[in-house]
Amino acid sequence: MSRSSIMPGFRPTIGFTLIYLSLIVLIPLSTLVFQSFQLNWDDYVHIITNKRVLSSFRVSFSTALVAALIAGFFGFIVAWVLVRYSFFGKQFFHALIDFPFALPTAVAGIVLATIFQPSGFLGKLLIDTFGVQVAFKPLGIVMALIFISIPFVVRTVEPVLLEFETSMEEAASSLGATRWQVFSKVIFPNVLPALLTGFALAFARGVGEYGSVIFIAGNIPYVSEIVPLLIVTKLEQFDIEGATAIALTMLVISFVLLLLINLLQFWVRKRSGQL
Amino acid sequence: MSAVTQPMNPAKLVARQQLALQDADWVRWSLIAIAVSFIGLFICLPLGLVIVKALSKGVEAYWAALSEPDTLAAIRLTLLTALITVPLNTVFGVAAAWAITRFEFKGKSLLTTLIDLPFSVSPVISGLIFVLLFGAEGWFGDWLIAHDVKIIFAASGIILATVFITFPFVARQLIPLMQEMGSQEEEAALSLGASGWKTFCAVTLPNIKWALLYGVLLCNARAMGEFGAVSVVSGHIRGLTNTLPLHVEVNYNEYNIVGAFAGASILAGLAVVTLVLKTVLEWQQAKR
Repeated sequence: MSRSSIMPGFRPTIGFTLIYLSLIVLIPLSTLVFQSFQLNWDDYVHIITNKRVLSSFRVSFSTALVAALIAGFFGFIVAWVLVRYSFFGKQFFHALIDFPFALPTAVAGIVLATIFQPSGFLGKLLIDTFGVQVAFKPLGIVMALIFISIPFVVRTVEPVLLEFETSMEEAASSLGATRWQVFSKVIFPNVLPALLTGFALAFARGVGEYGSVIFIAGNIPYVSEIVPLLIVTKLEQFDIEGATAIALTMLVISFVLLLLINLLQFWVRKRSGQL
Repeated sequence: MSAVTQPMNPAKLVARQQLALQDADWVRWSLIAIAVSFIGLFICLPLGLVIVKALSKGVEAYWAALSEPDTLAAIRLTLLTALITVPLNTVFGVAAAWAITRFEFKGKSLLTTLIDLPFSVSPVISGLIFVLLFGAEGWFGDWLIAHDVKIIFAASGIILATVFITFPFVARQLIPLMQEMGSQEEEAALSLGASGWKTFCAVTLPNIKWALLYGVLLCNARAMGEFGAVSVVSGHIRGLTNTLPLHVEVNYNEYNIVGAFAGASILAGLAVVTLVLKTVLEWQQAKR
């Protein structure tokens, strides 16, 4: 208690924090809730169960899930390689990991669209060799979201791998475990909570992502139209109610999913004895 | 040394232990190959393509695209947005971190969660909420029209949405660091008679300066590059309410590839500069 009596500046800093937070974040966000009160339940259900709206939800959540899984797998390998091995150019690759964070999403969008479009460098290659078209399909959205997701996974897994005590590995191996057993029974369970966090961050970001997706997606209704784009479309048609209803639904689903993933993480941590 | 029956001869055991502590060469090299090609495909290739496309019709076409009045207006608006957004959120970040890490009060963890809120809101929704407030049909719509104030489809809307999007960046860097540092040094300065402001400048600031710069850097990168939120409130008026990312979009949709990638090359350059500075700051932080 002595600490709060000698430290100055509580009132001005907390006052400014609360006012600024309310003005910039809380009041604007609350409009979403109040605006949707103006809709009655039947109208709301009517907007949300529209076929085009439902299919955009399906596209957004499924592509974000697949992308986060793929980014989780490869991101783990990248983090492992960057922490455990040394090779030429490692520092350079290490610095590059954050490039998707730093690159404006619109730039990422036009670049990926250019690479993967049917006449593009990789797009042509994939069509010619595998007959797979990436651009203007859900697969294109997945590609864009993988790009966005890489740093989330690598940057959450990396510190845990760095801090991991090799003495635990030594103990396991001196008890006769094989390398694969050491990895799967000792290392992986300890890294799993961090990997889940990275996955959750990637997934949450992927569901709401707009700029990097819209160029490569082609935005074909029922096929490759994502929820954020549908919100923009509704707004451009001055359908404020529609846009608000969809936005609020998306926000609520994302929060619920984040909550579930946090619970899962808590459970994994508890099970592996980190709590 | 008692004679215990050994399950394996010692030399073999040591060899096996080493085996279990290190990955086999083929595992190591294939994992490195996977990681490097993954980064190469998803990161190096896009970076290279921006430069190739921007210069695809020669250096002159590139310069012409950059010196177009609309491009210059977009660059000016982007700079203005960052110039207002970054200082505001920096002051907020420092104030919030000071209040949260130096005092005990009820609802502290709720406050920390609320500060992070803009991170979990889709950029498009971040723009939408300002349309709901200030748009023609919004809460303050009638008042704004009556007083001839324009926020949506104007620079002020773009700045507001950007402030929302980049809200947590600085606070997020400072809170964990200042929590970990504790307040003993500041208490010592205060008990020796330094004023609160002097304590902050002479004791706190030197300790947090690298993390502060780091937060400012990330905040600035996002402020200059934000697309989704800004695109909802901007209205895409050429030369007036297009930021550089929006200008890139407009050019791309009009099949002006050199124009789009010329703008994109500036933004990619910004990203590279951000990464370099970030790496330098990380070294500085690691040195401490």
